[in-house]
Amino acid sequence: MKILVCVSVVPDTTTKITFTDNDTVFNRSGVQFIMNPYDELSLTRALELTETTGGSVTVITIGEADTDPIIRKALAMGATDAIRVDASPKDGMYVAAQIAEQAKEYDLVFTGRESIDYNGGQVQGLVAEMLQWPLINVATQIDLENNEVVASRDIDGGREVVKSSLPCVISAQKDLCEPRIPNMRGIMMARSKPLNVVAATDKYDYTKVSKYELPPAKSGVKMIDAENAEQLIDILHNEEKLF
Amino acid sequence: MAVIIYAESDNNTYKKSSLEAITYGKDLANKLGTSTIAISMGTVGPQNLGTYGADVHIHCTDNSLSSFNPQTFANTISTLANNNSGDVFVISQTYNGKSIAPLLAVKQDAALVTGIVDIAETEGAFTVKKTAFSSKAIAHVELTANKKVLSIIPNSYKIEENGTEVSTTEQQVGSASANTTIVSTHKETGKIPLTEAELVVSAGRGLKGAENWHMVEDLANALGAATACSKPVSDMEWRPHSEHVGQTGITIKPNLYIAAGISGAIQHLAGVGSSKVICVINTDPEAPFFKAADYGIVGDAFEVLPRLLKRVKEVKGI
Repeated sequence: MKILVCVSVVPDTTTKITFTDNDTVFNRSGVQFIMNPYDELSLTRALELTETTGGSVTVITIGEADTDPIIRKALAMGATDAIRVDASPKDGMYVAAQIAEQAKEYDLVFTGRESIDYNGGQVQGLVAEMLQWPLINVATQIDLENNEVVASRDIDGGREVVKSSLPCVISAQKDLCEPRIPNMRGIMMARSKPLNVVAATDKYDYTKVSKYELPPAKSGVKMIDAENAEQLIDILHNEEKLF
Repeated sequence: MAVIIYAESDNNTYKKSSLEAITYGKDLANKLGTSTIAISMGTVGPQNLGTYGADVHIHCTDNSLSSFNPQTFANTISTLANNNSGDVFVISQTYNGKSIAPLLAVKQDAALVTGIVDIAETEGAFTVKKTAFSSKAIAHVELTANKKVLSIIPNSYKIEENGTEVSTTEQQVGSASANTTIVSTHKETGKIPLTEAELVVSAGRGLKGAENWHMVEDLANALGAATACSKPVSDMEWRPHSEHVGQTGITIKPNLYIAAGISGAIQHLAGVGSSKVICVINTDPEAPFFKAADYGIVGDAFEVLPRLLKRVKEVKGI
């Protein structure tokens, strides 16, 4: 069983978002970068699965050399080796093309449900279609049974259990597992594990961010005295006409 | 040239977000000087999609479409687009929509933008606004490919009933069989799905325990709202993970979000900050959530929620 886990490097969840160059570029200065939380889950589950069934876990990221500390963290969590496609991730289509190029020899490709920076949720579907593999999106449980994947996935208003043959692409949702924290031995071992840097294939140049803006600020909170809490309902009903 | 819209249905009814997508598609088609084709699948009731702006409605009757599979659904839409010169696709970003849109983009060799919150700008470069950094920013994205797949966040676009004359046909598209099998489906019955709710009542650790959630549920039921919770509440298993809203939970955009006993950490705001009206109830006047709120009550949820419930019942006469 060979699993390829896609990892993206994103700003920490508490980051204050600002922009430079006339609001066209995300301001990375002073920002703490982390492994995308959903990717941490898919990596952990991939490790759990290969520890029971045997096999290997390779992590792949599309990024420049400054993403190496996060890749080392993935290796410290237990991944066998890593691939870094040496390029700045332009958009979902571009990233997916890089992953699809590397993924052909694997049995499973794992991603997160979305990255918490661009929130596209695109890569898993794009990779699946580029490889012509089945897609199981937003999975909260992933198991292997008789060389098939059985997964539970979120749907609107509930969950469904889906079965697929291998190879296939699966994206991870919260609840899948508890993210693994690297231990000292893992951190030491990670230093000597292979991190292969490969060149990007130049495919797809279909979108471009022309500008960023911050969401409109609220005009200020109107406080209502707790003793007159009923007033809130009157305002929501009569003025805001919400129900 | 035509704008193709996927009209998703559930329980024989079109989803509200699909009707939003049809209005979006119609407004976009008007800007582009073209027409709209709505595509539906499986069993749906007799609702007239022309009401919302469909010029043509193609209903696909293939047996293979009776249950959801990303591949077969995307194939069907793609085939119909090829047959009808469709080049711009509007999909509502439901769970199924999230799976269909990327597949369709690859099949059509189209530019893909998800998380769209507003109508596209078509003068000059074709540009859309999408949420980024977990609702902490909005990105303006140019789509430079000829074909375009647009995935629209539910509750971002207002349904309009203009009443277009619609021509409806039924077709068998002959899509290949599904490459995944659905083993079982579990749906919460009698509850409003959080992702589709216009009104949401949510609570956090301030409620002190799962046994107190009846106050949240009662208010939600009276309002016709869905219930949600903060991350600590779902982590402690007071409530199911499917109710967790926030950065690592579900992102929602309801018209009304009432939060009781939630302090409003930045990760929580990432999931609910684009709600249209936010009401915050918290004992701590310094709770950061008040800064992001439209209305605030400094008070104990145990006293405030029952008062709100009583008043809702009076106003609605229930």
